[in-house]
Order: sequence, then structure tokens, then C-alpha cells
Amino acid sequence: MSLEIVVVHPDLLGTYGDGGNGVVLAQRARWRGIAAELVDATSGVALPTGDLYCLGGGEDAAQTASAERLRAEGALERAVGRGAVVLAVCAGYQILGTSFAGSDGRVLSGLGLLDVRTVKGNGRRAVGELLAEPADGRLPLLTGFENHGGLTIRGPDAAPLAEVAAGVGNGDGTEGAVFGRVIGTYLHGPALARNPALADLLLSWATGRRLEPLEDAEEAALREERIAAARERRSRHRVRYELGSSS
Amino acid sequence: MSAGPLPVRTRAAVAATRAVNGLSRRARAGHGTVAGGRVGLALDPLLLERLAAGRLTALVSGTNGKTTTTRLLAVAIEGALGPAAINATGSNMPAGHVTALAAAPQGAPAVLEVDEGYLPRLVASLGPEVVVLLNLSRDQLDRTSEVRMVASKWRRALSASPATVPVANADDPLVAWAASGAANPVWVGAGLSWREDAVGCPSCEGRISFAAGEDGGWACACGFSRPPLDVRIDGDDVVLADGRRLRVALALPGRFNRANAVMAAAAAVAMGAGCEDAVRRIGEVDEVAGRFAVVGVAGCAARVMLAKNPAGWRELLDLVCPGERPVVVGINARVADGRDPSWLWDVPFERLRGRTVVATGERCRDLAVRLHYAEVPHRTVRDEVAAVRAAWMAGRATAATGPGARRAPPHAAATAEGPVDFIGNYTAFTDLMARATRTGA
Repeated sequence: MSLEIVVVHPDLLGTYGDGGNGVVLAQRARWRGIAAELVDATSGVALPTGDLYCLGGGEDAAQTASAERLRAEGALERAVGRGAVVLAVCAGYQILGTSFAGSDGRVLSGLGLLDVRTVKGNGRRAVGELLAEPADGRLPLLTGFENHGGLTIRGPDAAPLAEVAAGVGNGDGTEGAVFGRVIGTYLHGPALARNPALADLLLSWATGRRLEPLEDAEEAALREERIAAARERRSRHRVRYELGSSS
Repeated sequence: MSAGPLPVRTRAAVAATRAVNGLSRRARAGHGTVAGGRVGLALDPLLLERLAAGRLTALVSGTNGKTTTTRLLAVAIEGALGPAAINATGSNMPAGHVTALAAAPQGAPAVLEVDEGYLPRLVASLGPEVVVLLNLSRDQLDRTSEVRMVASKWRRALSASPATVPVANADDPLVAWAASGAANPVWVGAGLSWREDAVGCPSCEGRISFAAGEDGGWACACGFSRPPLDVRIDGDDVVLADGRRLRVALALPGRFNRANAVMAAAAAVAMGAGCEDAVRRIGEVDEVAGRFAVVGVAGCAARVMLAKNPAGWRELLDLVCPGERPVVVGINARVADGRDPSWLWDVPFERLRGRTVVATGERCRDLAVRLHYAEVPHRTVRDEVAAVRAAWMAGRATAATGPGARRAPPHAAATAEGPVDFIGNYTAFTDLMARATRTGA
């Protein structure tokens, strides 16, 4: 039987290239001899049954439309109840929480699959390289590009995915959230292209198998470069901050 | 504003604009298109309005095709209206507009490429006769100008400027939304191959359904639908509302350039040019700001192309595939490119399977990972000139040892050694051009 990987509402949550997460998952399964089917589930059709669901980032109006559609349908909650794995990025991450802020400041209901809520940030958007040290020591550093205005507040049932080493993340020094087999994150890049170990964690959850390693030479080269870039940016910020505070 | 003699202050500002641009060009500090305009605007904040007064003016905006369509429109009206003031190098904000107008004689028509974000304020301050609206799609992910918001601002500006005639691509729902607030739009069926940003209805936020095929129209359940077309493209022909067909023998390649050409032709007619003359002149343009030119790079020949976002990349992949030339793909992620190259995953690079591919540019590693997952074998060479050279050498090796090499007569090698294709995003393209030589080939 093949692994069903569903990219949720690419017509609404496909603005930031996060559809690439589905491609990475499918290819990494296939390269190990695991048959995988990649399904683009646009908002006009019923959400298909799958083993792994990916949600991406999108614009405000599209995020609201996607959340309303998913809430009305209830199919994603049922899939999670059956043990499906979910990776949700940015606007998709916010949708999985209990509530999020719409473009006009209205508080909108999310799916409640993660115990987080997102409020409008009061300052500038967080835009730039994001580097985070995973709470789960089995994963290496997470690298990506964040681009969001919201602040995400975790409740007691959501563990952070990682601690921020450079960038903003949730806004309280943590990045993302995990509950069971559901992961939310602000990492674009796409996240799984930059973090193949995270892709393999999701695949091992979905297949129940231990996966043999792949040769990830090009991913490693990209990670090395982006991690260095994020650290350099952080040290530049720190220098500026120190200079600023001493004057 | 009337077109009387310019005030002293404005004349001083014009002189300063020209002088600074001349210095900038001579010092090779730039193209000489922005610095002078900034100085001029500092001396006279109303310089742009004063320079534009009394001219027949067209503004050209949209995500893709601005520079090309601006050039095509200027060429199209030349017979009827004479040479136009034009910002030919893509400096599409007010400093660039000032430079273009300061360099042209008073009273000459103006054809100005305008950044999408600046269009509303230029429509308001200049009251142009014609505004060409090409398309709207995602561009530069780290800047939050959501395309829907841009469309709404266009719509408000056009509604408030009743004398302006929008020449609008009716196949793009966001553009149609923007132009349908105007009094007398000219609707052009220019096609839309990238629909990923167009499915949400701008009128009701419902879903737009597209008919099958590229130019089959669209509609939303709320009643908002493609307006009846005044002009459309059909293969190589321009078809007018009265049924007349004009063959466009276009020197520029690709579907997207046919779209740019029909938009330019419709705009030229709206400005007062004859359709036959406009179409004939447009057909003769074979290169725009270096794009599609064959250039020399370290002794190798490369056909150079620019794509800035997924919609543009998809069009250029259509153009180069199928084919046999080695392909060099250059990606940077500077501010002008957008600093997040995640959009690489929206581009169907799978289509390059079977080709010799070299990944280059400052973000060649992001591209290499994308190509890896697309199962496109490639080499990664960070330096663009070295990358073109590597592709060129690989092409020669294939030509010498590939199937048919032994049977081919010796002179046939020259054909196999034709140019490599280089596609770069914005600064990757301009970096390569700065190191290339024009061959005129």
C-alpha cells in the first residue's frame, strides 16, 4: 500500500513554496523503496484520506478561507484522530491552533489540533533566517526562513518544537509546537528541504519503520551555508544592540 | 497642469538631473537613471508632474512583462507619435521616470514602466491617458505586498481617474477586478498561464473557475466573470473586436512575449496609433534590455534570459524545453530578488530532466537541493561565468561523443556548439550581463 501524502489547499496555502514539503516527503519515501502518492488537495474538493498532511503559508484572506473550509469539513481532525501525521507551516500552523488573528484584527477559530493561539504582533513582521535548537535532542539544528506578523502563545498541552537560536519564531524564544504527531512551525525554505532529518522523523511516524539514512550531501551543503548565514546575522544584530545600548 | 514654459526651479532641477546622470554614466557608477532623478526631485518635488504635463502618457505595470511591453509600446507608437520618453532599463520608480522625461524633448509622448506599488499614486498625480495592466502574481515573498491588496489599490486609483483608459489583461481576474472600476477599459485576452494566485475571487472571496484551455475564460459564482474581449491573441494573430485579424511576426520568442505584444498593440491603438503599423513595428523588436540576446561569456556564447518569479520561470521553461542546449540556472536572493528563495519549489524544474544543467549564483545550493528532488542531474558552480563555461564545455563534449557525432560531417560541430541557455533571476541576470560582452550573434 502506498503512503498517501496530502498537500492541503495549495490554492490557498501555497504562497510561500511550502508545497515543496510534500515533494521532499514523497521523494525520500520513494528513494527508500516505499511507494508514495502525492496529492494536491485544493480547497474546492473534499479533503482526501491520507497518512501525512502538509499545510503551508498563505495570505490573510486565504488563511481565513482555508480555516473555515477545514473547520466545516472536520476531515483533518478525524485524520489526526486516526493517527495521521501533520506538518503545518506559518499560516497553516496558526490554523491548527485554537484561534488566530484575521487581517482586520478579528479573532478567528482554528482547528484546535495544537494548544496554541496566535495574536497580532505589535511591531514589525518577523522576516529573515530562523535558526532553532530542537527540544527533542534527536534532531539536529532546524534552519529556515520566517515571514510572519503573528505572535504565537503556547498553552500547557503544546510542547515547543525548538528553542530559537537566531530569529523570532513564536515570539517568546521558542519556535513551533508539537502535540502527538502534529507539528507546527514558522520555518519556510521549505522546512523539509532544509531539514531532511525532520522529514525523516515525519516519515518514520507515518510508516512505523526505522528508515535507513540517505546520502544528503546537497542538503548538508545548503544547511551549512544557511546556518552560518543565520549565525552571522544574529552576531551582527548583537553588535548593533550592544553599540546602541552603550550610547 | 498645463504645458507652458517650465518654472525656473523646474528648469534648474531638469539641468541637475541631466548633469548628475551624465556624471554617473561617465563614472560608470550606474546606468545613469536613478541618481539624477533623485537630485531633481529634491530640488523640485513636483518635477515629475511638471515634466509629464502636456504629454500623451501611458504607464505600464504588472508583475511580469513590464520592461518588454514598455519597449514594445514605445516602438509601436513611434510612427504615429514620434519617439517617446521611456525608462528603458527598468528603473520603474519616480527617480527613473524623472530621468526618462528630463532626457526627452518637451511634448514628446511618454511610455513609462511603473512598479506595481507606485502605480496608484502615479495615476493620481499624472492622470495618464492610458494605463497598461499586464498581470499580478506572487513576487518577492519576503516583501508582504499581497497581490490582492495591490489589485484593490489599482482599482481605487482607476475609479478616481475617469479620463484614464486602462488597457487590461481580461484573462487575469485580479487585473480585471482592478480595471472594472474604470469608465472605459479596453479588455485584452492576453492569456494567463500561472493561475495559482488567481483562484480566490477578488470580488467575493469565493472561488474562480477557469474554463479548460489557456484562453477559455473564467467566472465566479457571484457573477464576476471575464469581461467581453475587445482584442485577443489567437496563435500568431491579433484578433480585433470587429473580427479583423492581423498576423504578428514577432522576433521575440515565447507565449509571454505574444501576450506582451498584444497588450502593447492595444495600448498603441488607444494612444492613437494605427493597428497595422503598431503590429508591424512590434514584430521587429528582437531584444529588450539584453534579454534573449546572445552574449559572450569568457569565450562562450550564452542566450540570456531573466525570470523573477514562478510565473516567469514557468514561461521560460516552456520556451527552452524541449531542447538540447545545456542550461545554466542562476539564483541570487538579494533584496532586489526577494531574500527567500522558497519559490524555487513552485517552479517545475522537473522539465529539465535529460538536459545538461548547471546550478549557479549565490543561492546555487538551494537550487541544487531543488534539482536533486526534481531528479535533474546537475553540477553546482557558484561563479556564474565559470558555470557558463562548464555548461559550454559539457555541451561540446556531448556534441563530440554523443549519438550521431561520428556520422556528422566536420562542419556540423558548429551547430552543436550553439549558445548555452542562461536563465537567471534579477541580480543573477544583471551580474552575468555586467561580465558579458555583446556578440551581436
